[in-house]
Amino acid sequence: MTASSPDTSQPIDFAALLPDGRGLEVAVAADGLTEITADRSRLIEVLRALHDHPELDCDLLLDICGVDYPDREHRFEVVYHLTSVAKNHRFRVRVPVGEDDSRVPTAFGIWKAADWFEREAWDLMGIRFDGHPNLRRILTHEAFQGHALRKDYDPEKRWVLTEAETFVPEWAGEDHGGDGEFESQVINIGPSHPATHGTLRIVARLDGELITRAECEIGYLHRCFEKMSETHGWPEVIPYTDRLNYCSSMINGVGYALGVEKMLGIEAPPRAQVVRVILSEFSRLMDHAVCLGATLVDVGALTNFWYFFQPREEIYSLLESCAGGRLTVSYARIGGLAHEVPTDFEEQVRYLLGRIPKFIDDVDRLVTTNRIFRGRTEGIGALSAEEAIGWGWTGPCLRACGVPYDLRRVNPYLGYEDYEFDIPIATTGDSYGRYLVRLEEMRQSLRIIEQAIDNLPDGPVITDNHRVALPPKSRVYSEMESLIWHFKLIYEGIKVPEGACYSATEGANGELGYYLVSDGTGKPYRIKVRPPCFAIFQAYPHMLEGHLVPDAIAILSSLNIIAGELDR
Amino acid sequence: MRPVTTINVDRPQKGFGEWIYLGPILKGLGVTLRHFLRNLFGHRDVATIQYPEEKRDYSERMRGRHILTVREDGSLRCVACYMCETACPADCISIVAEEDPEATVEWEKRAVTFEIDLLRCVFCGFCVDACPKQALIMSRQHEMTFTTRTDAVVGIDELRQKGAIEDQDLGYRPYY
Repeated sequence: MTASSPDTSQPIDFAALLPDGRGLEVAVAADGLTEITADRSRLIEVLRALHDHPELDCDLLLDICGVDYPDREHRFEVVYHLTSVAKNHRFRVRVPVGEDDSRVPTAFGIWKAADWFEREAWDLMGIRFDGHPNLRRILTHEAFQGHALRKDYDPEKRWVLTEAETFVPEWAGEDHGGDGEFESQVINIGPSHPATHGTLRIVARLDGELITRAECEIGYLHRCFEKMSETHGWPEVIPYTDRLNYCSSMINGVGYALGVEKMLGIEAPPRAQVVRVILSEFSRLMDHAVCLGATLVDVGALTNFWYFFQPREEIYSLLESCAGGRLTVSYARIGGLAHEVPTDFEEQVRYLLGRIPKFIDDVDRLVTTNRIFRGRTEGIGALSAEEAIGWGWTGPCLRACGVPYDLRRVNPYLGYEDYEFDIPIATTGDSYGRYLVRLEEMRQSLRIIEQAIDNLPDGPVITDNHRVALPPKSRVYSEMESLIWHFKLIYEGIKVPEGACYSATEGANGELGYYLVSDGTGKPYRIKVRPPCFAIFQAYPHMLEGHLVPDAIAILSSLNIIAGELDR
Repeated sequence: MRPVTTINVDRPQKGFGEWIYLGPILKGLGVTLRHFLRNLFGHRDVATIQYPEEKRDYSERMRGRHILTVREDGSLRCVACYMCETACPADCISIVAEEDPEATVEWEKRAVTFEIDLLRCVFCGFCVDACPKQALIMSRQHEMTFTTRTDAVVGIDELRQKGAIEDQDLGYRPYY
């Protein structure tokens, strides 16, 4: 399977591919996606056609979310984002539904990835998905009343839900038809467990040490950041995005800024773009280092954790010298970067470039050929490419299944098309494959940084469009006009034109998508984040079946679940 | 656009040497032994430091506890314009303003109370970026201890610049 370049020369005549165009509107949206507005009665037919038709071949369901428009005739809009891995075209399907009858048929039968995305849309927006096998709340507490992302839900409302959660899956008591030698037992792994990497709970039914069925519970770190964004201005969302995937916070901020820039129709200056690339790649490297370090600790190889954390600390020092913060950098701004990089930036980057490969090689030598490590990870949690795409996987986990899908190549942004790098793929799809892919990706990231630092252009790091970016302080203190721009920007916010935009970047875990809706005021109307590990993690309980308990740990850490991004 | 180039990183087990486990384990031991000997006899190459006796060199831009700067006469530079409060993503700043009896052409108001809830604060520096008077800057002080939640809400007295500006362990502040 190969990913081809985007075919923009020939717009797809979607209407011709459906037998009957009644109740459908097809248009190319401002953000370049083909947008289909469908009547609810035809939704499944449209989705099925998108999935099944060989010309369309939308095998990857990216996201499902709801948007609330209280003033419209049909209050809610259910939005599906789809893409085709092979053909690399993107679709958005919008289905308006009324308030009294806010239900749509489930897409779970077409894409397994719909499972958790539909549960989330039900939980936060109150849209029912008819036929969904397990439509329970996913991010909020079981006892939560109402739907937090509806516009009539008061953002200041505070709930104290002290009742302990007593979720027990109905299959827990069932007789699973084991051989009777061992008593079937239901255990909890987490929510607070050293091997869970964040607070999440796994309920597993065991037959001896074999897991026969499992289910996950998430949402322990849910803070409804999407609702918080709606009450603040566009730039103030950047510190929130830092807390999504906190192991690579720079990538989140850059992805968000790119989305808003796309809506505004502006671009960051060249220097800012290259610095963004450098720091994003360093962040990716750190993220992989944390993931691999943790994977290796979980299978008993502690030393590697130190070998990876040493360069990570040094990268943090670089980020600190640029941004002032280490973990939550808040360095990206809409239209560029918060500040010029420090004078010794290039020197620091080159020092790190010389230093990091040594640590990667050390870990490589220590464990890659080690038989114990291979025994713990080879064939463990293996997924085929079709299954992985069906679950909505992207990023290193999908590449470990043999699919060379990397947004930096197939939908380049920030000038990634000009950098030379390879996409590492493994064909096994198991934990060992994921380890190998991440290890190689770290080396490729270094390659990108090396090319970027060699071609770091001079110039400003933030746009001089003062409808978007704050004017420099020296002018705010001395000039009336700049002071007025400054006041207007802080008090009125950035006036992002009305409309919607889906912007995706390659996060450390996979496709990090932002679906941004603006109503033209200074505040975001709706922000929906498509977190890569949300899609990845929903496959986890199904991967566990037939594995041993220690394998569950080896699989979990190799998927790199970051609770900040999972629960938002 | 460059073509999508891939490299296959699959690594099937190679030969008897890897199978019997001894070769790779000796290679691994070599790596750890090299680190051990280097740290013992040669150049100490570890990331850990003996905190708090020993401290890192913090960046000049480090975002720590806030400082409210003062004018030459010792009054606060803050003109209570509410910009920092508006720009704060964590909603942790609250200001009460009043008419300044010593008002000049440059300013009219002053802050009666200026409180920052340091437990809510995420130290993003947006308030510093928003301040049009350089009245709010950040220090590099990051070790803050409180015994109650109310202690963490600091007001003008705690935040006011004490002594000369050069002695403040200055962190994140406007660059120009």
